[in-house]
Amino acid sequence: MRTIVRRAVQLIVVVIVVTFLTSILTSFLRGDPVTTIAPYSSAQQRQEIRDQLGLNQNVVERYVKWLGHFATGDLGHEYAGTGVTGLSISSQVKTSLPHSLLLIFYVETLTLLLAVPLGVYTAYRAGKASDNVANAVGFGLVSIPVYVAATVMILIFSVNSWGIHLPSEGWVSLTSNPAQHFSHLAMPVIAIAIGQIAIYARLLRSDMVATLQEDFILMAKSKGISNRRILWRHALRPSSLTLVTIAGLNIGALISGALIVEVIFHLNGLGSVLQDAINRRQYVAIQDYVAVIAVVYVLINFAVDALYRILDPRIRSARIG
Amino acid sequence: MLESAEPSAPAGTLVAGAPGSLAAIEDVPEEEYKKKGIGVLAWIAIGWLVLVVGMAILAPILPIKNPTQGDYTSVQAPLFSPHHLLGSDDSGRDVLSRVIWGAQASLLIAIGSVALGTLIGGALGLWAGFKGGRHDTVLSSSFNIILAFPQLVLALLLVSIFAGTYLSNDGTTHTPSWSRRIVVVIVAVGIVSIPILARITRANALAWSQREFVMAARAQGASDWRVMLREVLPNVLPAMLSIALLGVAIVLILEGSLAIFGLSVAEPSPSWGNMVYSQLSNLNSAPPVWIVPSVLIFATVLAFNYLGDVVRARFDVRESAI
Repeated sequence: MRTIVRRAVQLIVVVIVVTFLTSILTSFLRGDPVTTIAPYSSAQQRQEIRDQLGLNQNVVERYVKWLGHFATGDLGHEYAGTGVTGLSISSQVKTSLPHSLLLIFYVETLTLLLAVPLGVYTAYRAGKASDNVANAVGFGLVSIPVYVAATVMILIFSVNSWGIHLPSEGWVSLTSNPAQHFSHLAMPVIAIAIGQIAIYARLLRSDMVATLQEDFILMAKSKGISNRRILWRHALRPSSLTLVTIAGLNIGALISGALIVEVIFHLNGLGSVLQDAINRRQYVAIQDYVAVIAVVYVLINFAVDALYRILDPRIRSARIG
Repeated sequence: MLESAEPSAPAGTLVAGAPGSLAAIEDVPEEEYKKKGIGVLAWIAIGWLVLVVGMAILAPILPIKNPTQGDYTSVQAPLFSPHHLLGSDDSGRDVLSRVIWGAQASLLIAIGSVALGTLIGGALGLWAGFKGGRHDTVLSSSFNIILAFPQLVLALLLVSIFAGTYLSNDGTTHTPSWSRRIVVVIVAVGIVSIPILARITRANALAWSQREFVMAARAQGASDWRVMLREVLPNVLPAMLSIALLGVAIVLILEGSLAIFGLSVAEPSPSWGNMVYSQLSNLNSAPPVWIVPSVLIFATVLAFNYLGDVVRARFDVRESAI
């Protein structure tokens, strides 16, 4: 329990540092930030932007004010001109964040469903021809960038519709039309999962190869337990920790992948709104989106860490951080 | 004396056959493992990288067309056309010339930023692992803070702030120059990669600092700096090299990701990443424009990944530490 509190405190510290750095960076905008954001503006408009960006206050004051808003879920509005209220950043986050999270969830599910059997099988066949082939293919798959996989799939399934046709843009919600939902997400999910599957399977394989040489496996064999049962019951169980470790290491790649495919497939996720904000030089919005992504990242890391503790009683109390 | 202590170490192979182990400080011992046979595949990978890097360096003197000069008499030429060996794009720009100049941008970013990250991250990691104590605590927690950002997002933030497009008072959009973008991307991605390189170096330096030959050197009265640079560093280098090679592969991919957000090299200048992305809405109109750089990214990333793996396997860098 104490460790959980301690981790939670660490979590808050990391969030504060990350968001503070983000907000400091905004003050490094080139030249006069106001000119950068709105070149044709009148004096009154400039004053408005200055107020909104808090340029009259010092960095700390500005940050504290921003943090107060951020913590209460009020992310402000994009700048749109005098008397006009721009897009509400909070509502943008509210629609786009679930898209990103769902995408990440699908990728992780697909990855585990395919990578675990693949890793177990290649470990079982270690050194044999099928293992070597799987290893070589895995190496190739890791080297395919998400955007290249996505582009090639769009060419095959959307532009030319070889075999089946898959839509290449837009988000359909699960509740309104499940079939369309999954057909719209098939390519984005596979594009990210390709590399992830290869990484998971490879690391799981090397871990299981080591486990299979342990004495307790020999013991199980000598008792006449079937290979299948040894693999799935005896050898895989200690590797569940490895899987969680790999998941932790790959969160960054997963989030990056999600941001990229959201842009390519117009999924209206955090990646899409971030790209849009960058293109329109909405620096207030960029700062908010980056902070949201960083917080999500920290939270997922926290969850993975908690899972680790649940799975392994030894580190529940012993090791911290 | 110092050399004789080395073979007991698992990485002793690093210097076998070399006149003195200390040579490992100056040059990355690439020739060493070539001699012992690293397999045909590794040779092919090295050959490919030499070819690609060579073309990128020689781009200004190679007899190729101007990469940004359109030619409306031969647009969308297919592969192996008489005037455009690798085809041409929608405005007749030569794809061969664009991928060669694009290689210059992409490889400059990939190798430059990893070199920066390795230099700074390696130095900090070596210091943290070797010194331990308070130095280690401070440095390690600062690495963790940088790692609290997803890499792509931190790179996006840095590049958009320091080299984003901006409007001036007369309303014209300014896109930062080629060199400014490249430098900012290299520094931004370099900063992002510092903690990764630092952590692996720290873990290795920590392990090596506890070994007998380090103690022997200390007993002989060697200074901290001498022990760190001449005893610990050479043994940490293989791990750093292995991660650096994987890092170049990762950044090569990252460059394309930045291009998707419009933050890599700006059109009309080519990079492999922006060439892939430029055709996204129109994949069939001039396929070579995105297929050729896609294949180049894949092959080059594969080569770096493979060499990184060869180094890791040869020097028995522990995967858990990565």
